[in-house]
Amino acid sequence: MDMSNLGLLLALLGAVSAALFAGIGSAYGVGLAGRAGAGAITENPDLFSKVLILQLLPGTQGIYGLLVAFVTLVQTGLLGGGAETMDTATGLMYFVACLPIAIVGLISAIYQGQTSVAAINVVTKKPDQFGKAMLFPAMVETYAILALLISILAVFSL
Amino acid sequence: MAVLQMQKIHICALKSNRKKILEELQKRGVVQIEDGGGEDEVFHKADTTALRAESERNRQSALEALAVLNRYAPEKKGLLSSLEGKKELTDRQYQEGEEQSGRTLKMICRILNLDKSIAEEHAARTRAETNLEALRPWLGLDVPMNYAGTRMAAAFVGAMPGQWNEESILEAVAREAPDISAFSVEVLGRDRDQTCLFAVCARDEAGQLEDALRLNGFVRPQLMTDQVPADYAAVLEKEAAEHDRAAEAAVKELENLAAERDNIEFAADYYTMEAEKYRVLGEMLQSEHAFFVEGYTPKRSAASLKEGLEKRFTCQVELTDVPEDEDAPVLLHNNAFSAPTEGVVESFGLPAKGEVDPTGVMAFFYYFLFGLMLGDAAYGLLMVIGCAFALKKYPNMGSGIKKMLQMFLYCGISTTFWGVMFGSYFGDAVTVISETFFHRAVTIPALWFEPLDDPMKLLMFSFLFGIIHLFTGLGVKGYMLLKARQVMDFFCSVVLWYMLLIGLILMLLPSEMFASMAGVSFVFPGWLSELAKWMAIIGAVGIVLMSARDKKNIAVRLALGAYDLYGASSWLSDVLSYSRLLALGLATGVIASVINTMASMLGDGIVSAIGFTLIFIVGHTLNIAINLLGAYVHTNRLQFVEFFGKFYEGGGKGFRPFSAGSNKYFKFKEEN
Repeated sequence: MDMSNLGLLLALLGAVSAALFAGIGSAYGVGLAGRAGAGAITENPDLFSKVLILQLLPGTQGIYGLLVAFVTLVQTGLLGGGAETMDTATGLMYFVACLPIAIVGLISAIYQGQTSVAAINVVTKKPDQFGKAMLFPAMVETYAILALLISILAVFSL
Repeated sequence: MAVLQMQKIHICALKSNRKKILEELQKRGVVQIEDGGGEDEVFHKADTTALRAESERNRQSALEALAVLNRYAPEKKGLLSSLEGKKELTDRQYQEGEEQSGRTLKMICRILNLDKSIAEEHAARTRAETNLEALRPWLGLDVPMNYAGTRMAAAFVGAMPGQWNEESILEAVAREAPDISAFSVEVLGRDRDQTCLFAVCARDEAGQLEDALRLNGFVRPQLMTDQVPADYAAVLEKEAAEHDRAAEAAVKELENLAAERDNIEFAADYYTMEAEKYRVLGEMLQSEHAFFVEGYTPKRSAASLKEGLEKRFTCQVELTDVPEDEDAPVLLHNNAFSAPTEGVVESFGLPAKGEVDPTGVMAFFYYFLFGLMLGDAAYGLLMVIGCAFALKKYPNMGSGIKKMLQMFLYCGISTTFWGVMFGSYFGDAVTVISETFFHRAVTIPALWFEPLDDPMKLLMFSFLFGIIHLFTGLGVKGYMLLKARQVMDFFCSVVLWYMLLIGLILMLLPSEMFASMAGVSFVFPGWLSELAKWMAIIGAVGIVLMSARDKKNIAVRLALGAYDLYGASSWLSDVLSYSRLLALGLATGVIASVINTMASMLGDGIVSAIGFTLIFIVGHTLNIAINLLGAYVHTNRLQFVEFFGKFYEGGGKGFRPFSAGSNKYFKFKEEN
């Protein structure tokens, strides 16, 4: 096997992991909250917009993953041309830089989805408490944002 | 920024004016009526449960009638009709509506009856059709269904399960009744599971034939009539047509009654108000000739209310300040700039007694942080245009949604501002479009800097904005403590913290660690470093010593103080939390450029331009939606958790005036 492109492969692996795992997490979280939301709507259709917001909250991890993936692809030249070779060490560094959002994105989206379900329950019973209910899932999101930040800063500084 | 000052209002008036006075109060909607308290020999409360229930019932009927009208004669509504809000109602319209309420109620009954009769007609028609279907195999019979024969001959009309023909019936009968001398069978028709037949035999052998037939499952038809089936079918067909016509007529009448929609909507609101009035009436104390109303009213409108009531009616209105031990209901009042964010404060909790209304301080930061997170001039402009259009087009919209739109309007302005600062217009659309279609890169330079070029710089500024935001929160806490004349508390929990934190920051800035992170190095003169050190030390020692000063035991006091000092770590996490400003700001820009890049991959040319436009529109719509949501949620979070966490708890009760606020369709025209 020709090992000269291993670096590029590793960088691609990083970018893909970011989109992959964060996306899986978000899909799971949004799906979970969506099921709870559908239940809430059968009871009270007026809650639609509030429930929709709560459902979408765990969706951001997937976007953060996409963001890191995209930035990595551009930085390495895989997107927009200019990617020729990359030494293994640099490729590995890109891979590692993508890990925070890949892993934290996956896990935090799942937990955020579960918290969103709980928040949807609150809104079903007390629609006027939306502001507070929204906070709980937003707290989980913090860690996805921190992971995103580290991934982005790392990718940019490479 | 203010919580409106409330006053207690006591109204004492003659019962003869009761209806008028309550109506006036309801129309003005500025008094929250409280339960009148205990009864005694003179003053009693009226039991209005039955009247209230009746109003509720009428209201329900009106709403049902409207639902019926909407089913048969739907109102044409625009896409944004939910923004239209309630229609305005003048006093005269109200009076006319009230006078006509009896007629409207009849109309409501008529509509509900019509709806019922349409259902009945449909059911009757279905019944006729079912009978017609059952009659179909019998149509070959030219005597009535219940025909029994002549004097000498017996006739049988009936059906046998399964498929038969004349031959097989003759065989079966011959097998069961071999002695029978003469009989004849005619098959009239068949359907899936039965054969309909007509049999004749001599009268004296009728028993034998019937037994033989019955052994093969022969039964008399379910539809017994003395009519020939073909005639009966004609009757049924006519009946079905008549039911159809009746249903159609009812629908037509309903369609005509749709002109009454306004009146019925009024009735729905009228009975809503009536029910509310009866609820209040049940809480008031009344003697034989007089009644009392007790409640809260905002001070600014109290005098004009008193004057208005006393001029029109024989009554005594007394205004007093709210006693110390009572929690007056809370109504916020802010200027046009900050009022739109009142909804955000309300969703967290209204200020409790002794707290200031944080809306004014918060509003500026709200717009500021929101714009920073969304940070795209084109998106911001779209928000401004959209909100301004909706606000202009639907001036009557509900106050909640109006405030929200105004809030997003200001947020849009801030977003536009930050977009220009960061040089982001639909992300890098300008560059991409000029490169793809005109083959010449044109870039609108950022007024400040592009976050993608120097994310560390924006991160440092995010922390700076965060520190300013948090320090402002601490400042408001100080203001509240000073206002309550708790100078010692002010010093211990505000001044000492300022000293500690500012000292720590000033110590951090010239350090190598900071320089390597931020890429900027500060060099402070010696005295400033010295001052910073001492500020931090005094602050820290002060907090350890003073924060638990109500504890007698020195050890406990120091331990609690040390624990309080540990709270400095929460300041660190609070500041780090503002890194979301950078993350979300980058997210908008990067996703926008992903969309632009994808769109530009189609290349140059007419077809590509169309594809570009499509991808551009869909992509950016999605991006706006997602990032608007993100910016909204995280601005709220920064306000609720980080900012409010420093000084605000909420927990006040909202002002719920006796008003026409629960109306669905109409509101009273404001007079001033």
